[in-house]
Amino acid sequence: MRDFTLQNALVVTTDGTAEKSDVVVTDGVVAEIGQGLQVRGEAIDCAGTWIGPGFVDVHTHLREPGQEWKEDIATGSRAAAAGGYTAVVAMPNTDPAIDGGHLARYVADRGAEVGLVEVVPSGCISAGRAGAKLAHLDELWAAGVTLYTDDGDSVDDAGLLRRAMEYLAERDGVVAQHCIDAGLAAGGQMHEGDISSLLGMTGVPREAEETVIARDLSLVRLTGVRYHVQHLSTAGGVAMIAAAKKEGLRVTAEATPHHLFFDHSDVGDTNPVYKMMPPLREPSDVDALREGLRNGAIDVVATDHAPHADHEKDHPWEDSPFGVTGLEWAAAVVNTVVELGPARFFSVMSKNPAVIAGLADQGRLEVGAPANLVVFDPAASANTTRTLSRSGNSPYLGRELQGAVRHTVFRGRFTVRNGELAELVGAMG
Amino acid sequence: MKHLLTTEGVDRATLTSLLDDADEFYEVMHRPIPKVPALRGKTVATMFFEPSTRTKLSFERAAKALSADTLSFSPGTSSLKKGESLKDTVLTVKAMGADLMVVRHTSTGAAWRVAEWTDLPVVNGGDGAHQHPTQALLDSLTLRQHFGSLDGLRIALVGDIRHSRVARSDVFAFSTLGADVTLVAPPTLLPPNLTGWPVNASNSFDDVLTEVDAIYLLRVQAERGGASVFPSVAEYRERFGMTTARFNRLKPDTIVLHPGPMIRGIEIDGGVADDPRCKVLEQVTNGVAVRMAVLFQLLGGSKDA
Repeated sequence: MRDFTLQNALVVTTDGTAEKSDVVVTDGVVAEIGQGLQVRGEAIDCAGTWIGPGFVDVHTHLREPGQEWKEDIATGSRAAAAGGYTAVVAMPNTDPAIDGGHLARYVADRGAEVGLVEVVPSGCISAGRAGAKLAHLDELWAAGVTLYTDDGDSVDDAGLLRRAMEYLAERDGVVAQHCIDAGLAAGGQMHEGDISSLLGMTGVPREAEETVIARDLSLVRLTGVRYHVQHLSTAGGVAMIAAAKKEGLRVTAEATPHHLFFDHSDVGDTNPVYKMMPPLREPSDVDALREGLRNGAIDVVATDHAPHADHEKDHPWEDSPFGVTGLEWAAAVVNTVVELGPARFFSVMSKNPAVIAGLADQGRLEVGAPANLVVFDPAASANTTRTLSRSGNSPYLGRELQGAVRHTVFRGRFTVRNGELAELVGAMG
Repeated sequence: MKHLLTTEGVDRATLTSLLDDADEFYEVMHRPIPKVPALRGKTVATMFFEPSTRTKLSFERAAKALSADTLSFSPGTSSLKKGESLKDTVLTVKAMGADLMVVRHTSTGAAWRVAEWTDLPVVNGGDGAHQHPTQALLDSLTLRQHFGSLDGLRIALVGDIRHSRVARSDVFAFSTLGADVTLVAPPTLLPPNLTGWPVNASNSFDDVLTEVDAIYLLRVQAERGGASVFPSVAEYRERFGMTTARFNRLKPDTIVLHPGPMIRGIEIDGGVADDPRCKVLEQVTNGVAVRMAVLFQLLGGSKDA
């Protein structure tokens, strides 16, 4: 492992200070942070960039095991590294679903074997995500799983959800909910509004999200569990989370890049790259999400990176699956659409998600911490000419986005160097 | 005009030009030899991925009356059953030499996708509950033949607006041609949001009944979920059916239209369906004429040929 010194960047440390500094990395650990430090190993000029903890995604679909034609842990890890990530939480809606300890260990072990990011398994709440009985929460917990979700579906049965919350409250695990009421969303293809009405498509009303959040908050009050709302999409949902935080409930929420960037008018020509669940909503919702990210109602940006093969998306709208990729451009999207400043930017991209997922080695940039870093150039144009995901389709391809990942460092090694995947250019440190 | 995909945003001159050509083709259809050589050597593919009787036959009749050849596709007997995608299917038919495709599909926007993939002229023969522009043209032609013009005409569209591509096509065509359109349906059968629709809306058929020049009845679309949103068929008929009693209350010159297939005993009583003021069969005949006009214009046929 080579030592190196990153010079002349705006460095955002764990405590949120942002100062022009150098960062010295030796033996895979941050050895020094400060101005005009003596160079150790290779000197790399990072003028104009922000250096902070590597990004952490609490919502990634890596599709392995079972749907490797869409993505696998290797291709998803490449996309993550290219996007500046050093850790991703893999969603458990694979085939089979991650509802037992051996499955969670498989995901973590395969991630370690690939070695480009820390791949953190999450576990199902219900066995097989069927919503009928609890998954093996005991085994999953023993395998190190912190975050539990039936993502892709809400847990409909409030009794089942209550039991999961009680079990995880005792252990301080996190219940993460895909808040979409199945009845209100039945047959839904896009946001219910003027555009769905003109297109003749069945809509998913905002209330599908809001009613689940309202019910769940009652159960959070009852059980005291840590509760995380996935892919928040409505202004009403943002307000409910803000109120729950004020009340003192242990609640966090994520917003996705696509809900921060696009709105339902992008569905107008029915190109399925804009099809996902929850759907793209109205500009007023987009504004509320951006404001929530600024003021703290929303804690993290999470990608909901949900790749599908080109042949699956190359259909008319209703015949295409829900899901959009996001790992490679999440940071650029956030940097493009909302003025957060470097400290808040790294809070929502790195620090807060690491806390939610319980990752001790992530979300920190301080002397003595493992060197999980990203060097992000907020003024450069993102490379939207290619994707490293196995999914070749994305609404971001060919789009002008401001902000580029110059280098990603995972455990002291460059996974991305000058915007290119290090393993592809033979420059792994 | 390269494609005919929607009536939304199509201007009055374009609609009028199609209707004017349709008038000429209507005359052709009533000649002793109802056929012209305008599209000789052209091939029209009718790609119907959803069951259809009248629209598919009507397009094929129109193509043949213009001396075009037809390639006819039906999903029940096709490679779709073997798992072939829509894209591969249409590219296959294009490779056989189709010059234009008429596409019907359950999915919104399917005709737009086909236009992208094939780069052929595409006529939308119905995409989900979205658009069915030739239906709007034949309805407009029927109204224009009867009343001379749609300007100032008061038209009520009654029934399952929410799930109806006919309604979405008609409201824009009728309104662009000068008519005043009212939607009549229970709240569960109206679209959730009417922003951008050039219409009024009412939940009471009886309030609107005597105010209009034409009543356009829509079928309750069980296959798109239309039947699950009201408690009983009897109540629907009671409130929104064109019963004989309601028919007798209409102004004497009010006409009734229906896109077919009609479900007698629900949205229309048998006696009304068979009354001369019910224009269903004229609509069917006009369907051939307007589709001739559309194929003729999109394939650049010559009237002198």
